[in-house]
Amino acid sequence: MSERGAREVTFRGGGFAPRPVKWVGLIVFVALIAFAEWGTRAGWISALTLPKPSDVLATFGELYQSGMLFKHLSVSLSRLAVGAFIGASVGIGVGILIGLFSMIRAGLVPLVAAIFPIPKIALLPLFVIWFGIDEGSKYALIAFGTFTPTVVATYGAVDNVDRGLIRMGQSFGLSWFSIVRKIVLPGAMPGILSGLRISLAIAIILLVAAEMLGAEFGIGAYILEAGSLYDLERLFAGVVILSLLGVTVSFIIGLIERRVLRWRS
Amino acid sequence: MDIRLDAVGHTYDDFEVLRDITLEIPQGKIVCIVGPSGCGKSTLLRFIGGLERPSKGRVLQVGEPPAGSLNPLTYIFQDFALLPWRSVAGNISLVLEDHGLGGTEAQRIIDDVLARTNLSDFAHALPKQLSGGMKQRVAIARALAVRPAVMLMDEPLSALDSQTRELLMDDLISLWTRAPFTAVYVTHNLNEAVRLGHAIVVLSRRPGQVRDIVHLNKPLNERRFGDPELEAHQQHLWQLMRDEARAADAELLHV
Repeated sequence: MSERGAREVTFRGGGFAPRPVKWVGLIVFVALIAFAEWGTRAGWISALTLPKPSDVLATFGELYQSGMLFKHLSVSLSRLAVGAFIGASVGIGVGILIGLFSMIRAGLVPLVAAIFPIPKIALLPLFVIWFGIDEGSKYALIAFGTFTPTVVATYGAVDNVDRGLIRMGQSFGLSWFSIVRKIVLPGAMPGILSGLRISLAIAIILLVAAEMLGAEFGIGAYILEAGSLYDLERLFAGVVILSLLGVTVSFIIGLIERRVLRWRS
Repeated sequence: MDIRLDAVGHTYDDFEVLRDITLEIPQGKIVCIVGPSGCGKSTLLRFIGGLERPSKGRVLQVGEPPAGSLNPLTYIFQDFALLPWRSVAGNISLVLEDHGLGGTEAQRIIDDVLARTNLSDFAHALPKQLSGGMKQRVAIARALAVRPAVMLMDEPLSALDSQTRELLMDDLISLWTRAPFTAVYVTHNLNEAVRLGHAIVVLSRRPGQVRDIVHLNKPLNERRFGDPELEAHQQHLWQLMRDEARAADAELLHV
């Protein structure tokens, strides 16, 4: 065959397939912090705009050495754990009921839609009266805030379970309870876990809000105190702790997903 | 146990899909149901297995299912319907657990059906690791585990490529030859019908009615790929269906 008049076909495929790239995320972090450090040292970022990252680190070190880091963190973590556990487990339970029963769906979906957009922080004074100024109102705020996104994610996940698998269960004479436990729940698990990622991030946001009222210790209390004193180093140290908390929670869910959802391709 | 369909008809809203189907499925025979797309053949299969109720007529079981049958009417689905989070053995154990079978008794049944479908080496594999043909073999093993009286097969080979389809047809024929089972086999593939059916029921297009029933007397294990006698039957079936299929193809979908 002659080569004359022949040219290679132009490649126009590829792309649209994100793949994991290591280290880039870390490099972005490091570069941003280095940039802030350079700016604050050189003086073209004023001390009122942004604290020196090295000073924030030093504050963090002091906090650690004084033992207060552990004190604040343990109080906050227990609030987060109790509140998020109540909110997520009630949310998953209600979400499954909505997914399974038409009457419950008809009754509760509009209600959930109505309470979803309420900023739960606005209800904090009410929660203080209902559940007391101590831990009760804090648990309630976090639980309430985690509840709504968990419900919505869970019933969506139940809706998305392959009906073919449910019909298979029925055709083999499995009991209703078996179908729910062995087919619906595991099938909804991917959706529930990705909903939990969002719910737990919201729980961390609400943790700070919950510690705005009547809290002596806790990351939120620490940040708010620093904010009212305009102590930027401590403010940023607190914010970094919250960020790390978020990353840790997301990492833990990632581990759970990898274990529980091994069957997915 | 035989299955008898007595003047079964069905309408969705005011849309008639099946009309006056009377049919006998004798024990130990494979009855194939063929018809153009949308003729209601899968709906008919759901009636037989009790997953849906016909608006007219009755589906009857004649005689008792054999002793020890855990699930007399057992399906094999086109899309395999395996739980992706359970291993091959776990998928079979799923249908035994509700009958109170666990431990060594369940293990004995699982080992037996896996051996009969040549899957013994794959007991711990997850469905995502298996090819389509292997997945359908697992579904067949699962169906055998509950010792069905009648197997209800809904286009079981339609999701597979043609080579795998040949292999699985051979498997089904050897399973039947060793232990004859009763089956209703719905397909749109006429080749499968003439290879596996003792009787082939041809349905007309919507509303589906029995157009003809063709009986094939040649033993299953003597039917070979490219057999001229079977080719002739397939030709005949295609003549019966051709115009119906064309008309069905040109119909608007009511969805």
